[in-house]
Order: sequence, then structure tokens, then C-alpha cells
Amino acid sequence: MGKLVPLSGNYAVAYAAKAADVDVVAAYPITPQTAVVEKLAEFVANGELHAEFLHVESEHSALSAVVGASATGARVFTATSAQGLLLMYEIMHIASTMRLPIVMGIATRAISAPINIWCDHSDFMAAADTGWIMFMAVNAQEAHDLVIAAYRIAEDPDVHLPVAVGYDGFIVSHTIEPVNIIEKEEALRYAPKRVTWFTLNPEKPVTMGSLASPEWYYEFRVQLQKALESSAKVITTAFREFKQHFGREYREVDGFYTDDADVILVTMGSTTGTAISYAEEVRKAGLKVGVLNVRLFRPFPEREVLKHIEEAKVVAVIDRALNPGSSFVGPLYSDIAVTAFKKGLDIPITNYVTGLGGRAVLKSHLDTIVKHAYGLIGKRMRDIDTHYAFVGVRE
Amino acid sequence: MLTEIRWHGRGGQGAVTAAELVAYASVLKGYYALAFPEFGAERRGAPVTAYNRISDKVVYDRSPVIEPDIVVILDPSMVGREVLHGLKRGGLVVANTVKKPKELAELLGSEYRYATINATRIALDVFRLPIVNTAMTAALIASTKILDLEHLVEAVKARFSARLAALNELVIRKSYELTEVA
Repeated sequence: MGKLVPLSGNYAVAYAAKAADVDVVAAYPITPQTAVVEKLAEFVANGELHAEFLHVESEHSALSAVVGASATGARVFTATSAQGLLLMYEIMHIASTMRLPIVMGIATRAISAPINIWCDHSDFMAAADTGWIMFMAVNAQEAHDLVIAAYRIAEDPDVHLPVAVGYDGFIVSHTIEPVNIIEKEEALRYAPKRVTWFTLNPEKPVTMGSLASPEWYYEFRVQLQKALESSAKVITTAFREFKQHFGREYREVDGFYTDDADVILVTMGSTTGTAISYAEEVRKAGLKVGVLNVRLFRPFPEREVLKHIEEAKVVAVIDRALNPGSSFVGPLYSDIAVTAFKKGLDIPITNYVTGLGGRAVLKSHLDTIVKHAYGLIGKRMRDIDTHYAFVGVRE
Repeated sequence: MLTEIRWHGRGGQGAVTAAELVAYASVLKGYYALAFPEFGAERRGAPVTAYNRISDKVVYDRSPVIEPDIVVILDPSMVGREVLHGLKRGGLVVANTVKKPKELAELLGSEYRYATINATRIALDVFRLPIVNTAMTAALIASTKILDLEHLVEAVKARFSARLAALNELVIRKSYELTEVA
């Protein structure tokens, strides 16, 4: 085990890509992600990382470049935020259906308009249905660890899917905190470079991503769904091995005080930390509040989520994004609600949209949510008029 | 133990770096620490705010610091009640000023404690530039003793080139000696 060094979330991600010994980096700067690629460029310039650093003219090109490089068998990395991720959107589908083990960091940020550079999960959630495996880290250490785990998972012969690791813009990307840096030798022992996927090779020519007529296209999409479903097993294995190698334990979801909780707050990203701190405080006053952190968002870990919320009286889902006009409103809520519905869990499951565009998520906001949720104890879903509320917004 | 610190300075004075150095010294002492800026675009000369959360346990809370235990003021022109909002009763103000702690108490109120240092003078003597961030980190440590001076020196050596680190060490040791606490 190395020692703890103070590092920002962005640098923690850059150090992870360096430890994974990536062959090709292509990225375009955008706040709050920029420091990741700046640091990687520095590593390459100093000779600390022997990688091809491609300067591209947009995020569309950045992801296209790593798609091409990955298709030749290279280990690749890119990172982005907000509008940059939206510009990659077209290529994200191509990367996943071509089954390329690309790893990307997403420093989450609100999407325009109006222009806003601050933390929000709208970008991450917009990419949630592109066929990528998606993680959300709660702090810099997790962002570092999950990027390394991402290579172990993506390149597994039973997976061959791209992986995105989200971490909150500014709140994690720009906060300095103690991080245990994994060194290259250790990272490569855990996630050895082995090219297990089909590659472009002039000796054995293949075509990738070409036309698939109605006779064949459908099968590609079904295979993508099946691949995501079966990646769950590899993710569990990868986490178990991660603990064996590095001592730190990760799960698809984490429950804090969920065992006896009346109200469970379901959170993602840095809000999880604030929610844990809040729960510890109010438990002293006798409020049985639990926190469920969703680390793996795709494939959605239904079984693991259910285990924690089954016994709750109210489940309060906190979303840092909004699907305007949808039946569910918050994207995390939709997955939690469907998971519960499929098992006939008839307790109030409510949605609280908060923290958009960098609006701070305060303990007082969590208190408003918990008070509201407590008022619903004993009710059933059909008794509730409105399933969602905005918290911390100007009236 | 949880200590929350808010730093006030102007763009270019190094408030964010000061918070980072304090986080570094905290980690060296075996504490868990966060350092974060007021998120957004930074401009030279404009007011800058940065924060620390330091604890002997893992810090989960990621919300902004609203009620700090300590406020550190890097710029003498910013010493005033405006930067003390939310400071806990009995909290500590560490200010770069020519005034004595007693004078600050009269000026800003006796519900707080005060530590002062003429950091600008020390920085000008050593750097020939009014960059006071390392002086103020030393003043913070001198007036609170929550961290060790040697850890701060080590943090500075890790952060700066050998030449700059040597100058900063000089500033730090001098500032540590000259900090006045009421």
C-alpha cells in the first residue's frame, strides 16, 4: 500500500490512466475536466507515460480517435464534461455496439442553456442509455480506483464494453483530498493488458461498424443488452479482486444504516457523503435515516438495490438531473421506481430534484426531504398526489 | 474533532494554494482533510474564497462550509465584519494586518478570538512580492496548534521548486515566530 497524498479528483483520474499505462489519449479541454488531460499531457511530455497524446479539434473527434485506436487493440482513455459529452453522444453508441473497451472520465457538469460550468448530473444521465457501463464515484479515491477497475472490467473477454466513470464537477474534480495512488506495476497486475477483443489487423482483415441490414441490426442491439446484463457478474468479480489487490472494498451499491431505516435517501456522487454525515447527525436525535449510494448505474444493480430498500417505510430518491416532461422526472428515480414495482414493493417512493447547476446540496435540504418523507410513512404509492418535489429552488 | 476553515484573499495572493498546503500538512499529520475553492472562474485581484475541512476521521460532508471555526484573511483591505459571516461564536480570526489582536477585537467584536501578523511585510522582505499565503498558513498553525510546523515545511517542499521552497520556509518560520495571539 502506498501512502496518502493530497490530490484533486481530476489529478486522481489522470494518475489512474497513467497507472493503467494507456497507449492512446485523445481529449479536448472543457471545464471542469480540463485538468485531467493537462496532467496526462504533462505525463507524456515528461516521459512518465509512454502514450500517443492526440490533440483533436472537438470531443466528437476525441471519442472517434479513441474508437479507432481501441479497434487496433490499444488501451485508450478520454475524459470530458457537459457539452463535450453531448458532442460525443453519437460516437458513444458506436463505441458500445462495436464492443470497444474504452474508458472515459466524466467530471459531471450542467448542460446549456444557460451556460453553467458547475456540478449537475444532466450530462452523465444523458449518456446513461448509450450502452456503456457507468459508475459514479463519491470522492477522488473512488474516481482513481474505478478508472483502474474500469480497464479490468472493459477488457474482460466476457464484457468488451466501454466504461464511463463519473465524478462530481468541482465538488470532487477540484477538491484536494487524501488519495492512495496505485502504481503502474500494481495496476497492471490487477488489470493486465491483454487484447481479447477483435482488432483491425492488415494480416487478418475485418470490417467493423459497417452496414447491418434489417436481417442483422436487431441482433447487434440484443447482444448489447445481453452484454450489459452479463457484465454484472464480471463487475462483482472485479471488485472482489480489487479488494484482494488494494484492500479497498467496492460494491455496486453501498447501504449506510439501511438495515433499520424508516427513510432511505438514495443518492449518487458527492451528495452521498453529505447524506451520510447528515444521517449520522439525525440518528443521534432518534430519526432512523439510512443512505443508499448507487455507484453502478449501468447495468442497473436491481437486486442489490432491492436488498437495501425492501424493509424501508419510505424511499426518497435524490436526483441531480431532470428528464423534463417524463413520467418519472428524475432519472435515478425511474430506475429505483421500476425496480421496486417489479417486486411489488408498495411503499412511498418519492423523488427530490436538487443541486442543479451547482446549487449547493445542504444538510438543511436533506432535512426538508427527510421531514417530507416521514410524513408519508404508512401510505401507499396510490395515496400520493405528486411523487416529486424540487428542493432548494427559488420560488 | 472537525475543524472548518474559510480563507479570504484576492486572486493572485494564493488563498487556494494556502488551503491546499494546510490539507497537505493535515494529511502528513495523519488527519483526513479536504481543501476546496469557491467553485467558479477566478480573476486576479477579485475576492477569492477557499475552504478546509480537517478531521481525525474520514470527512464525508461535501456541502459548502457555512459556519467555519476559523476565518483567515490574506488581504489587509478585506479585514472587516463582512468576511466573518457564519463564523462560530468564540471562533478564531487570523488576519494579515499591522493591527494588534486587541485592536481587531475592538474593531470587529469581542465574540471572536484574534491572531494577527504583518504578513505583507515578511513577504516583501523575503520575496520582494506581497504573496502572503505561506505566511498565513504559518500564522494559522502558530495560533491554533492544530497542525505541526514541520509538516507545513514538508508540504511546501513537496509543492514548490527547491529555490521557492527555501524562501517559503524562511517566510514560514519567521511568520510562526511573529504571530500575535490575543
